[in-house]
Amino acid sequence: MKILVGIKRVVDYNVRVRVLPDGSGVDKDGVKMSVNPFDEIALEEALRIKEAGNADEVIVVSVGGDECQQQLRTGLAMGADRAIQVQTGQSLQPLGVAQAFLKIIEREDPGLVIFGKQAIDDDNSQTGQMLAALWERPQATFASKLNIDGQVATVTREVDAGLETVEIDLPAVVTVDLRLNEPRFVKLPDIMKAKRKPLDVLPLDELGVAAESTLSVSHFAPPPQRGKGIMVEDAAQLVQELKNRGLL
Amino acid sequence: MSEREIMEYDVIIVGAGPAGLSCATRLKQLKPDLMVAVIEKASEIGAHILSGAVIEPGPLDQLLPGWRDNPPPVCVPVEKDELWLLSRTGRRRLPTPPQQKNHGNFTVSLGALCAWMAPQAEALGVDLFPGFAASEIRFTDDGAVGGVIIGDMGIGQDGQPKDTYMQGIEIHAPVTVLSEGCRGHLSKQLIRRYELDKDAQPQTYGIGMKELWRVQPGKSKPGLVQHTTGWPLDSKTYGGSFVYHLDKDRIAVGFVCGLDYEDPEFFPFEAFQQFKHHPMIHELLEDGEILSSGARAIVEGGYQSLPRTEMPGALLIGDAAGLLNVPKVKGTHQAIKSGMLAAEHIAAGASAEGFDARLRDSDIVRELYKVRNIRPAFNKGFWRGMIRAAFETATAGRWPGTLPVHADHACLRKLDGYTAPERDWVDRDLPPRDRLASVYFAATEHDEDQPIHLQILEPDVCTNRCSREFDNPCTRFCPAQVYEMVEAEDAGRRLQINAANCVHCKTCDIKDPYQIINWVTPEGGSGPNYQNM
Amino acid sequence: MSKILIIAEHDGEALNISTAKCVSCAQAIGGSIDIAVLGNGVNAVAAEAAALDAVGSVIAVDAEHLAAPLAANWAPEVLNLAASYDYVLGPSTTFGRDLMPRIAALAGVNQVSDIMEVNGPRSFKRPIYAGNAIVDVEAAEGNIVVATVRTASWQAVGSSGNASVSQRESGAVPVTHTRYVGMETEGGDRPDLQSAVRVVSGGRGVGSEDNFEILYKLADKLGAGVGASRAAVDAGYCPNDMQVGQTGKIIAPDLYLAFGISGAIQHITGIKDAGTIVAINKDSEAPIFEVADIGLVGDLFQVIPELEKLIG
Repeated sequence: MKILVGIKRVVDYNVRVRVLPDGSGVDKDGVKMSVNPFDEIALEEALRIKEAGNADEVIVVSVGGDECQQQLRTGLAMGADRAIQVQTGQSLQPLGVAQAFLKIIEREDPGLVIFGKQAIDDDNSQTGQMLAALWERPQATFASKLNIDGQVATVTREVDAGLETVEIDLPAVVTVDLRLNEPRFVKLPDIMKAKRKPLDVLPLDELGVAAESTLSVSHFAPPPQRGKGIMVEDAAQLVQELKNRGLL
Repeated sequence: MSEREIMEYDVIIVGAGPAGLSCATRLKQLKPDLMVAVIEKASEIGAHILSGAVIEPGPLDQLLPGWRDNPPPVCVPVEKDELWLLSRTGRRRLPTPPQQKNHGNFTVSLGALCAWMAPQAEALGVDLFPGFAASEIRFTDDGAVGGVIIGDMGIGQDGQPKDTYMQGIEIHAPVTVLSEGCRGHLSKQLIRRYELDKDAQPQTYGIGMKELWRVQPGKSKPGLVQHTTGWPLDSKTYGGSFVYHLDKDRIAVGFVCGLDYEDPEFFPFEAFQQFKHHPMIHELLEDGEILSSGARAIVEGGYQSLPRTEMPGALLIGDAAGLLNVPKVKGTHQAIKSGMLAAEHIAAGASAEGFDARLRDSDIVRELYKVRNIRPAFNKGFWRGMIRAAFETATAGRWPGTLPVHADHACLRKLDGYTAPERDWVDRDLPPRDRLASVYFAATEHDEDQPIHLQILEPDVCTNRCSREFDNPCTRFCPAQVYEMVEAEDAGRRLQINAANCVHCKTCDIKDPYQIINWVTPEGGSGPNYQNM
Repeated sequence: MSKILIIAEHDGEALNISTAKCVSCAQAIGGSIDIAVLGNGVNAVAAEAAALDAVGSVIAVDAEHLAAPLAANWAPEVLNLAASYDYVLGPSTTFGRDLMPRIAALAGVNQVSDIMEVNGPRSFKRPIYAGNAIVDVEAAEGNIVVATVRTASWQAVGSSGNASVSQRESGAVPVTHTRYVGMETEGGDRPDLQSAVRVVSGGRGVGSEDNFEILYKLADKLGAGVGASRAAVDAGYCPNDMQVGQTGKIIAPDLYLAFGISGAIQHITGIKDAGTIVAINKDSEAPIFEVADIGLVGDLFQVIPELEKLIG
């Protein structure tokens, strides 16, 4: 079966994110961009599934401008077989991205689609679930374990109460969480090989996706600063203060 | 451990700074069919690059003729130069020495410049590999340098392979170009192995610390280049500051201390922070915010400390060789020129042989010769240094004789019998409050589960001798607070190494009085993530 | 008047406090507030929901296939209910984050995630970049608003309400392609550090691995999770999965008690979204006092036993 892995180009997780003084966005000047860390985990899982003999092709897909080809090449260097860029200059919201992926699914007919659980820029955690809805297939989110047995996947999900296990029939969408695996390092010779692997560019409008932005985002502000609070003299005062605030 | 995979190139360049990138670019311009690769330990080109920097554009005009129509992202033409002598609250304007007249020059972010050069090199067919650290030299059977070995990745702190273990490959090449910058760790090994410095004076260094600030609108005067000397340093400690005004309300402020300082209790980071609190500087920075910060050692030895720059199979360029012009406070133009010269040499003969003679015959070394006695003059103190500097400048270095230099690590005085000068320092209110807060802005990152890349060759010395003799100066000269003496479980103290804080400045490798700290490269991709530095 | 529908989070026996927080957010939006309780045998939960303040009515949908909150079953169910509503809200817990986007996609709209503040009926504030930036999100007119509510930003409403409960038949066909297998709750009595509501944390000031015992004891008294600063982990006082901070866990408990932690920025990064930060440190100059809501300059080895006595 084929596995599609969605990857997103995001500000690197090490960057000290700063809001522009005029509030129009986040300062991306000279800032390092990388593959969304959760997407790397998703790709790593796909590669392991292939190496275990349960898939024959791993395709990395990204929706965005030509800059995201850099991240697609990283995916190819990690071991993906093919890359697809859904080319658009618009900044799509998750529903539009899900619609684009549905079109790719129609072309590629994968058995599994894997995403990171969220992108570390927008922190939405929506795309995988939305795609599953549009595709009318199962979703298993926040996966910390994934086991494929024929046409059935058993997924352990990290939820607030603990670890939940579900069984889903393929084809399906899985979104992955931090503890699923540790992504492999890229080998230098594989970077060279990646340059020769196929990277297809599909313009968004050619796919027939009418991406509508029903939400608009504005007024970027820094988070409220924590300031100095009050000082207490001893444990008794501390306990009293906590009780007053309903914390004890 | 299996046999390493091998990749072959005609030329392998270690370090994607201005020297390495210039060399790669020029090689492909001269001989497009050459297979050229550049490896870089930073996760991204420019992420480990930190410099003032005011550059002379001449060499860039030669290397990339159209560059002014498509300049790097941070590039402000210099409009005005100022040199100030500071006292704690006062200041006096000094005449700008000719070496610091910057008309026609540009204030840039060297990191952004390298990031801007990178795609141009790639467009010519250079293979750039950021995120890969050359950890060892590969030697051929006849003892020549035959390329490098990339460090293994995915090794735990205990030295054992983790699940993500990936063996580093070998890159074989008939010519290896070392462009690691100041005190490169492979360059250090090679200089020792081939005794490249046996006819040279010891190399000497400074530590440069820098912060990029966004200040209140109107405070930055783009194109203004300011240097200061005097307070907060004493007359026996060489150093000074730079304040480079950029666009978009940004100011690059930095401080350099010669690492030949003698006071074992001296605290370079604190000196930098004090400088920022001089009224002239404080006024610029107040209510601003720090965008990025970091530190890097600077090579200062110049002409008399220049080692032989060729060896069988390899050559040294840029600050790995030591080409920075201290009175000009500039090394980038030298780095670019040396990269181009190396490229021309390799393209002509396909070997390292003969490069050293070419370099010494070039205007790169001629420039160093002219100013060779300026920095060492300051070994006799500030005022004698200034007088000699003026003399050397007036005579363009033609007065015969060359002042000697001393190894920095040997200059540190022992506690016993030494009295530090009065520092006259002030209370501080500007960020960062301490080194940990400063390191935060360097965005330095190391997987904590990897071998500690700061090797202490004789660990007992720290508690048994150094505490007593020098009071563990590493706990002060490191700008990132990597080294701490903490209470040990069984009473007494031990050295704690916070390797994850390291910003790869190399100061510890240089200044440690016993020379037992050996900096080696951590896993590729580790280290600072400087932005526009 | 706007009509708001909240999807209740519960474990089959009791309502999750996240639901009461969603009501709070709904009040800020303004309009009538109904709660939908889906599940198998939901009477007790529905009654609890009906007792929440400001709730108009509770709709209970009781069906076997709704026993586990599988998004593939719940989403179409909610879509049927939501036809007459202007807003559908869920909590931004793993439950809500799994379910709500599926509802949004079926409704053909984008979802507003993690509402931390309501500016107006269709304008909300939410955090992005892990809370390093706060943005305004406007939902265009003419569409239903599907959103998740950031529970750390809202107080739970009280329980003096008296709403009506009505039963609805399940209107959607159960799926067969997704099956609930089981749930493993975290072993051990101590709450997981990442999701604990209260956390007790120790720094280098604790002094040794053995000394950390007094923190564990205090934590158990408070029903709290236990964390540590990097300095404590580096010194070997505790394992590194207890590390809180930039390179460890980023947590947002309601109450964070830091003992012997100096408060380096790398640590503060890990707790900047905590509700109340309490710092106990011998050093009055420790940077943590600049961000702590309550500070106490004192010796943790004296303060902790005193606290234990007072808490009782």
